[in-house]
Amino acid sequence: MNRFKKVALMMGMLLAVMALGFAGGGSQAATPAAEGTVSIAMVTDVGGINDQSFNQSAWEGLQRAQSELGVKVSYVESNQSADYPRNLETLVDSNNDLIWGIGFLMGDVLLAEAQNNPTQKYAIIDVAYADTPSNLIGVVFREQEPSFLVGYIAGKMTESNKVGFVGGVKFALIEKFEYGFRAGVASANPDAEVYVQYAESFTDAAAGKAIATQFYQQGADIVFHAAGGVGDGVIEAAREQGRWAIGVDRDQNDLAPENVLTSAMKRVDNAMFNVAKELAAGRFAGGTTVEYGLAEGGVGIAPSSNKHVPADILAEVQQIENRITTGALQVPFDMATFEAFMAAQ
Amino acid sequence: MSQLLRLRRTLKFPRALGLTLISIVLGFFVGAIVLLVAGYNPLEAYGIMIFGVFGLPRYISYTIIIAAPLILTGLSVTFAFRTGLFNIGAEGQFIAGSIAAVIVGHFVRLPIILHVPLVFVSAMVAGALWGSISGFLKARYGVHEVISTIMLNWLALYMNNYLIKLPFLHRVGTEASQKIQDTARIDILGVWKTSPEGREWRMENPFWGDILRSEINLGILFALIAAMVVWYIINRTTLGYELRAVGYNQDAANYGGIPVKKSMTVSMAIAGALAGAAGGIQIMGVTQEITVLAAMEGNGFDGIAVSLIGANTPIGVVLSGFLFGALRYGGTKIQPALGAPRELINIVMGTIVYFIAMPNLFTLLQERYFSWKKKRLDISLPKEAGGESKNV
Repeated sequence: MNRFKKVALMMGMLLAVMALGFAGGGSQAATPAAEGTVSIAMVTDVGGINDQSFNQSAWEGLQRAQSELGVKVSYVESNQSADYPRNLETLVDSNNDLIWGIGFLMGDVLLAEAQNNPTQKYAIIDVAYADTPSNLIGVVFREQEPSFLVGYIAGKMTESNKVGFVGGVKFALIEKFEYGFRAGVASANPDAEVYVQYAESFTDAAAGKAIATQFYQQGADIVFHAAGGVGDGVIEAAREQGRWAIGVDRDQNDLAPENVLTSAMKRVDNAMFNVAKELAAGRFAGGTTVEYGLAEGGVGIAPSSNKHVPADILAEVQQIENRITTGALQVPFDMATFEAFMAAQ
Repeated sequence: MSQLLRLRRTLKFPRALGLTLISIVLGFFVGAIVLLVAGYNPLEAYGIMIFGVFGLPRYISYTIIIAAPLILTGLSVTFAFRTGLFNIGAEGQFIAGSIAAVIVGHFVRLPIILHVPLVFVSAMVAGALWGSISGFLKARYGVHEVISTIMLNWLALYMNNYLIKLPFLHRVGTEASQKIQDTARIDILGVWKTSPEGREWRMENPFWGDILRSEINLGILFALIAAMVVWYIINRTTLGYELRAVGYNQDAANYGGIPVKKSMTVSMAIAGALAGAAGGIQIMGVTQEITVLAAMEGNGFDGIAVSLIGANTPIGVVLSGFLFGALRYGGTKIQPALGAPRELINIVMGTIVYFIAMPNLFTLLQERYFSWKKKRLDISLPKEAGGESKNV
């Protein structure tokens, strides 16, 4: 008896709470977008909105679109990969004109969603589909190019001839950073040694700190990271040890002004803003993949680089940048192209 | 009827139930204050959340889908807890189960009627093995299970990431493993609904088509059956009696001729099997693959909260699993609709969960305090073995 009473009471209580809340205006949930306003929403990957990295950068791009273009923006965070389809659907239900998936981790899921909802517009960061549906835009970056530039700076500026690279999780996207960086270091300073370690995480700042501290103790004086939230720990270690760190995705100099040498910027925000601007003007390049590199202004080194990097090195970097832009220099992005690059040196 | 009288006499249920209900309301109330202070209308926020959970058949379906693995990991924690062990390792056992499910689901070719049970059992066995390591270490070397299960969580995560990279399991061009065969899937009409005919049918039949947009699957049945089995094992079997006796007082159990060390290993193995089963149904019903994990997904950790809210009883776990699934799914709806920052939503959700868990925490502390009475009671009155002295 009591058992049933407990169940019944609990259910009743839930219903009561539910009714209370429902009366308060649940009907507004379905229609947040005002008439005539373009609304854009994004789903973060498991890194979360405050990852100091590309999810955050993406959100900054949307916020800029909000303030400059009057676009209505919102986001949903994912805690695990099973959340991606649910979160994407949540945004379909709230009547958004364009839905962004941030990060290649939701590549498959977003493609399936786009096929399921042919009238809904989608876009995704870091995925180039072989066959893109007409309601979907893929946006990719040549991360190896800014990584090469910061690698070149590291190679020129290292005094111990030892530098480090901390990656998030070892997959092809992060390897573009690694091999670009290693090629940059090698072309600036063939004697320099590069320590490489992956944290197997994009969120564990303590792991980043431990790895970077170990690199510094082994004699490295500059450590580059491409590891999202793990990089916070790398920069923290640099500040404690009084060494250099190189940031990623956005200008991370604000995290440790005296210790972040430069940053390999990946302007996810610019890409998001550009697509929003197009959409506000009524254009949508569905069915295509847009690639951002140095030539397109989608990647680059941080503006704060001139604080710590000597002008003569920056001038050399500028020359390399020109060679990459014109296609004279092809930056390696995986192990095979890296080995070919090194063999050609 | 005598059972009923005994229940009445203890007077514990009405009180515990009352406390739970009061604290649910209190949790929502304090959450409302937080929202109010931050300048958002709490009624609107809760309205959005509740519409987001009950507003469409598909939403309810999603809540159930999310609840199913949480119920199983909750049962895992509950089972260990009832036998005196604190299983922080449901997270790792979940991962172990999902790895086994993917391997058996992908490489074995069988008709669906055999394949699904085989994958499910493999996931349970993998979880059981993973869990029993902690039990064995505790029994043999006195390693505290809290420490060893936490370590094993990380081992499972790294093993997951390592195995995905191996050529035999890696799906080229992705950060995920191979997908399981269609014969191992338990999502309803999962294959058909993404086919061109399926898509067309769903367009023409909005109601069912809408439900089918979620990964509606049979996982919840597995979870409910598991809850019944757990209840039965704990309350109606000799094994359950022995395990509980060890949980109450090892020395007394030992004196009573119960193999204490073996019991610890067995208990952790069963707890692990339950968490492994959660991983199994998640693979068979929702993801069909394992992906590189950048962080713990929280399936097992949420199981701890589910177990605690459910007062460490199987039926309580089922209810709190649904509640937790609803909070988890409904919570994501608030941000895009209301524009409130994610942190605020998390604070509100956390507050609600915290308040819901509190009376049970209180009850548990109370039990610990007065536990010596109960121990003596249980050992001296063996007829209580199958009784209802502390179970729902």
